[in-house]
Amino acid sequence: MTVNPSGWRPSAPANEQGEAATVTGNRALMLEEPLLFEIGSIGQTGVDFAAVPQGATRLGGLERSKAIGLPGLSEPEAVRHYTRLSRQNYAIDLGLFPLGSCTMKHNPRLNEKVARLPGFADVHPLQPQETVQGALQVVNELALWLLDLTGMHGVAMSPKAGAHGELCGLLCIRAALEARGDKREVVLVPESAHGTNPATAAFAGYRVENIPASAAGRVDLDALKSRLGPDVAAVMITNPNTCGLFEPDMKAISDAVHAAGAFVYCDGANFNAIVGKVRPGDLGIDAMHINLHKTFSTPHGGGGPGSGPVVLSEALSPYGPLPFAAKYPDGSYRIVEEETAGDEHPNAFGRMVAFHGQMGMFTRALAYILSHGADGLKQVAEDAVLNANYILRSLEDVLDAPFASSGPCMHEAIFSDRGFANGISTIDLAKALIDEGFHPMTMYFPLVVHGAMLIEPTETESKASLDQFIMAVRSIAERAKSGDETLKAAPVHAPRRRLDETLAARKPVLTWSESVAAQAAE
Amino acid sequence: MRYLPLSDADRSEMLRVIGAGSIDELFRDVPEEARLKGPVHGLPMHASEMAVERHMTALSRKNMVAGDVPFFLGCGAYRHHVPASVDHIIQRGELLTSYTPYQPEIAQGTLQMLFEFQTQVARLFGCEVANASMYDGSTAMWEAIVMSHRITRRNKTIISSGVHPHYVSVARTMAKFTEDDLRTSLPALTAGTDAEALIGAIDAETSAVVVQYPDILGRITDLTPIAEAAHAAGALLIAVVTEPVALGAIRSPGEMGADIVVGEGQSIGVGLQFGGPYVGLFACREKHVRQMPGRLAGETVDAEGKRGFVLTLSTREQHIRREKATSNICTSSVLCALAFTAHLTLLGEKGLRQLASLNHARACETAERLAAIPGIKLVNDGFFNEFTLTLPVEARPAVHAMVEKGVLGGVSLGRLYPGVDALQNGLVIAVTETATEQDIDALEASLKEVCA
Repeated sequence: MTVNPSGWRPSAPANEQGEAATVTGNRALMLEEPLLFEIGSIGQTGVDFAAVPQGATRLGGLERSKAIGLPGLSEPEAVRHYTRLSRQNYAIDLGLFPLGSCTMKHNPRLNEKVARLPGFADVHPLQPQETVQGALQVVNELALWLLDLTGMHGVAMSPKAGAHGELCGLLCIRAALEARGDKREVVLVPESAHGTNPATAAFAGYRVENIPASAAGRVDLDALKSRLGPDVAAVMITNPNTCGLFEPDMKAISDAVHAAGAFVYCDGANFNAIVGKVRPGDLGIDAMHINLHKTFSTPHGGGGPGSGPVVLSEALSPYGPLPFAAKYPDGSYRIVEEETAGDEHPNAFGRMVAFHGQMGMFTRALAYILSHGADGLKQVAEDAVLNANYILRSLEDVLDAPFASSGPCMHEAIFSDRGFANGISTIDLAKALIDEGFHPMTMYFPLVVHGAMLIEPTETESKASLDQFIMAVRSIAERAKSGDETLKAAPVHAPRRRLDETLAARKPVLTWSESVAAQAAE
Repeated sequence: MRYLPLSDADRSEMLRVIGAGSIDELFRDVPEEARLKGPVHGLPMHASEMAVERHMTALSRKNMVAGDVPFFLGCGAYRHHVPASVDHIIQRGELLTSYTPYQPEIAQGTLQMLFEFQTQVARLFGCEVANASMYDGSTAMWEAIVMSHRITRRNKTIISSGVHPHYVSVARTMAKFTEDDLRTSLPALTAGTDAEALIGAIDAETSAVVVQYPDILGRITDLTPIAEAAHAAGALLIAVVTEPVALGAIRSPGEMGADIVVGEGQSIGVGLQFGGPYVGLFACREKHVRQMPGRLAGETVDAEGKRGFVLTLSTREQHIRREKATSNICTSSVLCALAFTAHLTLLGEKGLRQLASLNHARACETAERLAAIPGIKLVNDGFFNEFTLTLPVEARPAVHAMVEKGVLGGVSLGRLYPGVDALQNGLVIAVTETATEQDIDALEASLKEVCA
């Protein structure tokens, strides 16, 4: 007698959608949630106010007459709306989130707690400086840690995110060059760089040229040297690079760039691999941004806020932006901004943001750094690199690892889609990982590896978690190589199947409207 | 170390699998001379949660907390009551600890929230579309200026004297490098704005006119004539809103003809946070959407025809277009956008209008009382929740003197425009629903004293 004569398998898509269909569209804990505009009304509110005293208004005759169209929800409805939405998200709190170059590590809750202390959260940026000495001390303490950890000379704390930090660094470089009357027009960027690097160089008014990668996944030093010249302002290097490899020629690169009168910008997105182990200042780097939301664990929040302080060499420090917090001999802290810059920081290139930077990220990052200390941060880098190499060596027999033979990787391991059969590609493996309960790795980046899969586990994963992930990837990789076309239908267990991105771009629907909704219903 | 799960036994076993004799072997690409031999010299070692919390709490107590004193600061950051449920929502781990929604099948929560946020921002601003957020208001304004240059293929921008001086400073910094032509000027302590001067300055080379609404002195001006003049010359009108709660009471910039409306979303849901993180709002006409910076969430369907959301029109963005992208922005401010949208959802239209009315009524009452103090004059005719006074004395020392009395009594124009003699007696006062009668009494009493 067979136990299962029908061949019914709980995971078969047909069974999921067919036999388990419900009248609500919900499936137990997986709950569909309409749009706010479909459930709220403009007469509903979740906030109670005192009665408004009646009196003459002074709105200059510009009173709103028309309805705005903003539906409200009562508090229980609102909490339920966002809680239901939250359950359709993957998150580091749920499991391994191995997005390469994104450093999705655990976000300690102590950091959330300290950021919410009223002395930090409920302080206005334009309060008189004698009333914000503790806040300025936080900025200053964090700045000193960043300087010590990087071996650099100065730091600009105000940039709002990584790409904004890149802009800050390039503007420092541009200001330094202009100060010596040197008009240079070109920034060199490796073809494996993050897209923000060339975009930032263009945003800062530079022309971008690519430099090729060597077969070993590193910057081609000879090609770089041959392109250096009096028109090159800067070279933007990512180190460790986006293939997860340390650039062993970094010092030689820096020397060559400096000899040509240019500056070295380092994209610090991958600083997690070397924090506490290697100081960028010892490698000849002139400017590097640090993503506090990566290395120093401030939460990503679904796409920010970030924070991108930029450490600077002695040559660039005089040009760093305003404002910044400085400590004075009497022990007090002051904000150096336009008013006193003439005396204290006359060559500043200007201001990048209103106010002083991402204070809420500074408090979190400082709590993280103090928790780890110098010894813990060194362990962070070592465990991050150990975890990545463990993945590299545990998968290299089932997935093509283009640079594995040249030695260990740093904090992330890269694989290609070589050997996948029947037109199965990286995206199919990635979507199948979703069904196995993991967030996929970074796909198709960097561009120098075909069908790239860039896996960054970070140091906050246990060995058991890595082993489960490895088991899942191995199984899916075998299916990809055997040409199992069911992979192309993945994911089948996620809140949504694959989404039509072409349709979204061809007929953009970017806001909700009654008329579009009515058309869609027909 | 409490955040690191690997045990020494795990580490040994993993090194064995890797085939490495030691951790150092994994760092062999790093030149020997660049490798630190031990922990970075001179820094403290790891600390317990209790010790770190104690240190941070001690630092936090060195600040004067806005909620502990009579508080009247604005000028680009506003203190409003944020419902407790907003903070609960943004601390949901699935929202707090997720990444940019690159895998939409498992990021529908963030994507749907952003779609709702975009719709709310567009409606509030009176525009057709809005993006999924920028870093803050000041960077959003610069992005709007360069976007207008892409649209008009002109590079001269006239910035109203009523725009926040930090925002102007950011634009001037960027323009130095991009060689954009910015026309800026200083505000005057008059009831009228510089609308007529702006209209007079528009010419055939003008790409955009930038006007803050309400402006840095709290004044409100009808944008319609400026929009008409700009459009007649083929230029765009960019409106900047630093206090979006105002739009619960006054007409939206979009209604009055603004082509791009940017703003600072801090005052709804986000809190003061000593200046950041905040959330930049960015809205425009649908026909200009392909010139927009930043991420956009859009509606689509999945393989079974179910409605879903994705990031879209990404061919504008750096990860696809590299040096040809509309902006270099990558990470934006999604968690703050969530705080904004959750707070606005709790308010709804009804609550937002009540909140705006309450702010305006409190501000009217306060302005009247302060203007009655001998020697003090009210600059504004019209205002929302923020207005400017001229004092009989310099405002900057007056603000410090009020701190001595435990009152955070406004922003002096001397702080914002150091060295500009004509503005030194100006004091900008913001009054929100958080100000009590006792707070207003304390402000009145302390201002009386410092002006006597």
